Amino acid sequence: MRSKKLLTLFLVVMISLISTFVFSAGNDIIIGVAGAHSGDLASYGLPSVNAAQLVIDEVNKKGGIDGRKVKLLIEDDVCKPEVATNTATKLVGGKVVAVIGHICSGATKAALGIYKQSKIVCISPSATNPPLTQSGDYPNFYRTIAPDDAQANVMVDFAVKNLKVKKIAIIHDKGDYGKGFAEFCQAYMANQKGSKVVLFEGITPGSVDYSAIINKIKLKGADAVIFGGYHPEASKIVTQMRKKKMNMPFLSDDGVKDDTFIKVAGSYAEGVYATGPMDTSKNPLALKAVADHKKKYKSEPGAFYLNAYSATLAIVNAIDKADSTDYEKIRTALQNEYVETPLGKIKFDRRGDAIGVGFSVYQVKNGAYVEVK
Amino acid sequence: MNSKKLNKFLTDKFGDKIGNLFNEIILSFITSLWFMILMFPIMIIKVNTIDQTIIWRWHNLIYIGAGSFVLSYLWRKALKLKEMKSRTEENSKKSFSLSESLSNLSESKFHYPAMGVTLLLFILIPVFSSLYQTTVLSSALIYVMLGLGLNIVVGLGGLLNLGYVAFYIVGAYSYAMLNTHFGLSFWVALPIGALLSTVFGILLALPILRLRGDYLAIVTLAFAEIIRLILQNEGDIFGGPSGINNIEPPSFFGFEFGLDGKTVLMYYIILFMTIFTIFVIFRLENSRIGRAWQALREDEIATKSMGINVTMTKLTSFALGATWAGFAGVLFSAKTAFINPDSFTIWESVIILCFVVLGGMGSIFGVAIAALILYILPESLRAFAQYRMLVYGISLVLMMIFRQGGIIDVKRKHYKLPDNIKAD
Amino acid sequence: MQLEYFISLLLGGLAKGSIYALIALGYTMVYGIIQLINFAHGEIYMIGAFTALIFSTVITYTMPDTAFLINVGISFTGAIIFAAAYGFTMERIAYRPLRNAPRLSALISAIGMSILLQNYVLLAQTPDFLPFPSLVPNFSFLEPIEYIVSSNQIVIIVTTIIVMILLTLLIKFTRVGKAMRATAQDKTMAQLIGINVDKIIAITFVIGSSTAALGGVLISSNIGQINYYIGFIAGIKAFVAAVLGGIGSIPGAVLGSLILGLTESFGSGYISSDYEDAFAFIFLVIILIFKPEGILGRKDNQKV
Repeated sequence: MRSKKLLTLFLVVMISLISTFVFSAGNDIIIGVAGAHSGDLASYGLPSVNAAQLVIDEVNKKGGIDGRKVKLLIEDDVCKPEVATNTATKLVGGKVVAVIGHICSGATKAALGIYKQSKIVCISPSATNPPLTQSGDYPNFYRTIAPDDAQANVMVDFAVKNLKVKKIAIIHDKGDYGKGFAEFCQAYMANQKGSKVVLFEGITPGSVDYSAIINKIKLKGADAVIFGGYHPEASKIVTQMRKKKMNMPFLSDDGVKDDTFIKVAGSYAEGVYATGPMDTSKNPLALKAVADHKKKYKSEPGAFYLNAYSATLAIVNAIDKADSTDYEKIRTALQNEYVETPLGKIKFDRRGDAIGVGFSVYQVKNGAYVEVK
Repeated sequence: MNSKKLNKFLTDKFGDKIGNLFNEIILSFITSLWFMILMFPIMIIKVNTIDQTIIWRWHNLIYIGAGSFVLSYLWRKALKLKEMKSRTEENSKKSFSLSESLSNLSESKFHYPAMGVTLLLFILIPVFSSLYQTTVLSSALIYVMLGLGLNIVVGLGGLLNLGYVAFYIVGAYSYAMLNTHFGLSFWVALPIGALLSTVFGILLALPILRLRGDYLAIVTLAFAEIIRLILQNEGDIFGGPSGINNIEPPSFFGFEFGLDGKTVLMYYIILFMTIFTIFVIFRLENSRIGRAWQALREDEIATKSMGINVTMTKLTSFALGATWAGFAGVLFSAKTAFINPDSFTIWESVIILCFVVLGGMGSIFGVAIAALILYILPESLRAFAQYRMLVYGISLVLMMIFRQGGIIDVKRKHYKLPDNIKAD
Repeated sequence: MQLEYFISLLLGGLAKGSIYALIALGYTMVYGIIQLINFAHGEIYMIGAFTALIFSTVITYTMPDTAFLINVGISFTGAIIFAAAYGFTMERIAYRPLRNAPRLSALISAIGMSILLQNYVLLAQTPDFLPFPSLVPNFSFLEPIEYIVSSNQIVIIVTTIIVMILLTLLIKFTRVGKAMRATAQDKTMAQLIGINVDKIIAITFVIGSSTAALGGVLISSNIGQINYYIGFIAGIKAFVAAVLGGIGSIPGAVLGSLILGLTESFGSGYISSDYEDAFAFIFLVIILIFKPEGILGRKDNQKV
């Protein structure tokens, strides 16, 4: 009785496992797209799927790459490292030649080892963690976004030179991204004469109240606050600060340079500074990319859309120029062949960072981010 | 509304069959009305204060109404069936104790071939399945180990531990750090990780074993969170939120493998460890100490009066539970090659606890099956990406209502005197 | 400056504690009566807040002329009623069939319910953070001390005190309260003396869910945003607070919450907010080691 049940249950498991896995290979070039496509970070991941799809559609319309059709294999990693390894093996099993993704740095790190062993190139539109390129561990990794340390450098420079800040409070959300950014800011501050960090602390994301840390910022007499993290926490802190009549400059990172931040924080967002990728929205390719998105999906493209669009263009171009899907040849092409993208004319340096992609500082003015010149 | 009165009124008026049907329809109708009101704000109105829009989705009202009408009917049917079943079971228990013990006897004989087939299947899996499936199955087996380990604490010892992930962390980080800082190999780190985890389990257990039930649960939860926070904040030692990467996969007598080989090797190592776990726990369960745990779970005072050292018993249960989490942790970090604190949240402990309870507390195979299914279920539900967690939640609730004892409901062992020995 | 800092930390801690208290009250009542850790309680709090958001948004967008106070009144009432209905339904579906089951089964059912409700809101509404309107009026007479404590925080503190007093009166002096206490002590006995146990338990869920919804609206209004996940973290904290004060005891839940709020506030104010959560947990462990039944908990003699 019992063992029969056991066996049937086991068979059910096996069948469900096998049924999840059906792939068709052929002469097509398959490109993987991985990132958070469900869950609370889906809004960062889904735009890259749309971007890749639009680029691929265009390429196929023109007859594919060297006569071969391009196909996408889209897999979700929910931004979790342990899921990302499953996602990565699934893509490897699907015989992808390159991967657009992943979205979050942690998931990217977990997946990269697998791609490296299988000799697959991976281009992320959004993983900004500096060691990904700088450690030299991952020769197969490229990205179309500048790393966090570049961002921190721009930020600190701006705070000290333009805003003439003397005492600065640096807070972060304890996350990989936020804390990394905050630590780089702290390191760059150490080199600035006449200015110092008066407070360096992490906050707890999701907490119901931030008054303790805000009081502390006040006590330390900081005349500016740098925050490393994402927009939900940033808007809570900025709102509570402004309500307490603390009107010092609030500076933050790319995670806050999102229109959602302005809409959530409302009038309290006015005057907030945030670093973000250089404004390329006037670039004709960028205009076209956005227009295509509006035409096909009837909505504004989301975060990292242009980066993902550029990443896909770069990989398509590399395969085309290399005339092959060979790993080494694609790498050589990525590092030597310039490609026109919505982010400008880019190629990659030896470590994998895009040349020609950088950060600038934005400020919220009348409910929109405006580049500070 | 008094449903009994209504039922009586209807059956009197229309006769049993039609009256009951009417009754059911009315009840279903009331339920569906209730749900239509209940779910109105959240299901019908969709507000977006960012874009400043309100969307009215009136069609959802029809779905809710129709859906809850049918479901409410099925729900009551199912509850009734369950009640009837439990009643007949109670009766049969009283009268057929002999046949039950017989079936217990034959069961133990029947077990071996079934186990053999299952084992063979597991050994052959990497041969006929893809890399992805093997990876998923490896992860699932790690969860089986975790489930079995927690089963010692919760299922056998009856100590509610909501912070089991703490020991998993100790195992995972000990290998990650020993490997990246001191270059220790997987095979050396495996026992060390488990040992550290055990020691940690003992240290943690000593002050808190006085606590009972839910107080113990919350303190273990607190410990797990404290440890996670330390990992997150102490970047210089533990890598902080970015974690530790480039952890070496296990080597095998100096052979070099590609990705395929490494995945398969990892799978076999994990499979071996899982079988080892099952074997050890199987032996433990019926040992002196295993009996003591179960006695403790049933009645602490009675156990004490039998002359069993309660503190020691609890301590061993905690420590041995921790050992397996330590093993699983080492395997986990060797498998993913990258770990960070985000992989070890409260949810992880909660999910492992679900394996134990759903599998049937104290049942080795039940827990193993539950862990396999519950890990693979969300993975194979990927097609329904958005709905998979919803389905997961619903299945937990339904499972508990219709099968409280879990997949394999453990019956207490009965002993019968052989016929030729007469009791006086 | 130092004194002002101390006072603002103190009041901030009290406000935070009051927030936890509004959630912890429901936890502790449910636990007191059926010994169930109602994991989904935090989700009820989230649903309450969401309902308020929906009501107030609909009013603001479709009838912009409505007076602010009417808007606030409808939103709060709506949130409380719907959260209560969700609590009632949840008890009916997920917990009542498990009344005589092992306690862990009920716990897993609660966990399942929690996952279910989170994803229900995620799918039916949105996974993103939404701005939450300020539903608590800004009192102008509090303007001078605004830099120390916001009027939102004062409202939260006052509400919690009122709710606690009302609940204590309810339980001490009314028939329902007596029935609740009887049910909590011994369900079988309560049934024998003619108490409708099912009804009393349902009432407990309704009351607990209402206070949670009240808390949900106040907090979201203070923090200014909301998403489907806010209930989980708040729920865990409230659970810790309830245990700290002695689970099952109403003054205990409030006291535990206040202590938790103050510990977090002073801990992050004077030591480091890196370990904000850890302070609360360490404090909990220490208290429970020395007083295993919580601060105000009854010592439960083991039955043989």
